[in-house]
Amino acid sequence: MWEYSDKVKDHFFNPRNAKVLDDANAVGDVGSIVCGDALRLMLKVNPETEVIEDAGFQTFGCGSAIASSSALTEMIIGKTLKEAEKITNQQIADYLDGLPPEKMHCSVMGREALDAAIANFRGEEVKEGHVDSPLVCKCFGVDEAKIVKTVKENNLKTLQDVINYTKAGGACGSCHEKIEKILQKVLSGGYDNCEEHELRMKDYPGNRPAAAEIASAANTDHPLWQPVYVLLEQIRPNLQADGGDIELLHVENDHIDVRLSGHCDGCMMREMTVSFIANLIKERLGVEVLINPVGAQEANPDSFNR
Amino acid sequence: MKVYLDNNATTKIAPEVVTEMMPYLTEIYGNPSSMHDFGVPVSEALNVARRRVQNFIGAAKDSEIIFTACATESDNTAIYSALQAYPERKEIITSAVEHPAILQVCAFLEEHGYVIHRVPVDSHGRLDMDFYKSRLSDRVALVSIMWANNETGTVFPVPELARLAHEKGILFHTDAVQAIGKLKVDVKNLDIDMLSFSGHKIHAPKGVGVLYVKYGTRFRNFMRGGHQERGRRAGTENVASIVALGKACELSGQHIDYMQTEVARLRDKLQNGLLKQIPKSFVTGDVENRTANTCNIAFEYIEGESILLLLNQCGIAASSGSACTSGSLEPSHVMMAMKIPYTAAHGTVRFSLSRYTTEEEIDYVLEKVPALIAKLREMSPYWKTLPAEETSGDAAPSFNPVFKGKK
Repeated sequence: MWEYSDKVKDHFFNPRNAKVLDDANAVGDVGSIVCGDALRLMLKVNPETEVIEDAGFQTFGCGSAIASSSALTEMIIGKTLKEAEKITNQQIADYLDGLPPEKMHCSVMGREALDAAIANFRGEEVKEGHVDSPLVCKCFGVDEAKIVKTVKENNLKTLQDVINYTKAGGACGSCHEKIEKILQKVLSGGYDNCEEHELRMKDYPGNRPAAAEIASAANTDHPLWQPVYVLLEQIRPNLQADGGDIELLHVENDHIDVRLSGHCDGCMMREMTVSFIANLIKERLGVEVLINPVGAQEANPDSFNR
Repeated sequence: MKVYLDNNATTKIAPEVVTEMMPYLTEIYGNPSSMHDFGVPVSEALNVARRRVQNFIGAAKDSEIIFTACATESDNTAIYSALQAYPERKEIITSAVEHPAILQVCAFLEEHGYVIHRVPVDSHGRLDMDFYKSRLSDRVALVSIMWANNETGTVFPVPELARLAHEKGILFHTDAVQAIGKLKVDVKNLDIDMLSFSGHKIHAPKGVGVLYVKYGTRFRNFMRGGHQERGRRAGTENVASIVALGKACELSGQHIDYMQTEVARLRDKLQNGLLKQIPKSFVTGDVENRTANTCNIAFEYIEGESILLLLNQCGIAASSGSACTSGSLEPSHVMMAMKIPYTAAHGTVRFSLSRYTTEEEIDYVLEKVPALIAKLREMSPYWKTLPAEETSGDAAPSFNPVFKGKK
């Protein structure tokens, strides 16, 4: 049996706020019955002050999942949404005098439910983390963005840490090599230019023009086309060596459409590649441009061939 | 009240067994390989134990019994022995629901080029016999299929499986850990070449197991480095535990009828009492073909570790195939192989009785469990969003956050 702290046991055996809030105006559902844990967090938020006046939860899961849910409700009642937003999964675990490492993902689930509930209150659409980011762990549907974020926030060092905190790699084990590579990259600063908001996929779709909106033809007669084309050709071998590629689609004075594919098209890779190219163009050609990346899966070939 | 219903995990050591083994932990400490007066009585004690095991499983000769450290060692030995004895054969047939002692060895071998055929099971845990027959060929070095499943108690038709393997000239091994002491076993009349079991499931201590190897079976050592066990398992014998195992086998043999009648009655009482009181619960495995002491019940829309924690608070010990109790994060491979829906797979609880289980204990469990289940369901978003009339229907719950896992 797991070694649970007295506080975890207390919150499991005597859960606080395990109730359905009928007048909740912020509801966050996370997890799934497939994964073995799921949580519905219900908040009653004062629309004027944004103070969380009451909170209730319903949890399907193990002892620490129920305890984490219970602790979370205690932690957020009386706080404003802005204050609650700052709570990390580590703080939830600390509140319970710690969780076994294998159970840290329960605190992560609490944190995610809070995000989802707040988004629900504000009328924002919650984007699941893996929508845009490459899926790393197929068994538990954990993507690269989530792993990077969790590794950074919790200062994780080993594969086992990642498994304990995110569940990624906890079943068949076939993604262990991928996780080790991501971990290696985080630890060596590979994701340092990626701010948290960039990891959160809900920010992505807005940045990204739909394929139909993209200027349709390659305008090779534009004065910037040739120098940009030459520049991109120079960096392509490096991108290709990393399993990615880039293609110049359209040039304007203030923005350049490119198609990223392969590894460059992953969520964080996309941002990194884009900022890298923008800097390069500014440095070499002296013009400030916005790079519009178009993912391979989204770029409809027809729109380019017209 | 303390109620131990986790006898498929391990059992209490029978008092008679403790008495029998104590001298070998105290006064009688010689090495059985020594020819002096310290060694001889120890050697004789091993012979007694070996004959008791022989009688218990119906072996033709006492030399067919090899003592090992555990059933996992016996399983490993059987597999590696077969592969070395038949080096030209590169395939193994096993089932999808074996114990990890078989499955993980097979997965390892698969990485090294062997072909592993895992016979699937249906939703009641019954083997796909057509699949099994279709995989028998002269490329197969070994069939290794368990006699009874540890999680559900489902009994496989091992005598028939063994016969079919022999018809094709294939060695047959069975992991009989959960069958021993519950089914009458008579290996001399069966086509079983090798059979594994362990002491601690039948009221002997942990750390001792048996590999039966039928006379004439080609055998290659797993442990090398000594002449013990007729040169087939090196290492100084775990004498006290072997003596204990011998006694435990003798007692187990005397209690098989009791197991199949009285323990089965208590098991059925427990099972039917729980199913009657608790909606949305069902028995997993093959109810018609089960070991007498086991029942595995799925409680829908709640999670197994939570159930175990609450049971434990009431002094009741059981186990679960849920992900959270194992550390593997996925529900048990046995539940997955039977395609138990996810709504239930995380909430399976195995109750396993022994000949020491009493009527009072079962009554106590029947009194306590329904309230525990209700408490957890009150907290479950899946349960709470079921329509009121749903406690008997099959509609999906409306709580359904974004699907994250595999389909």
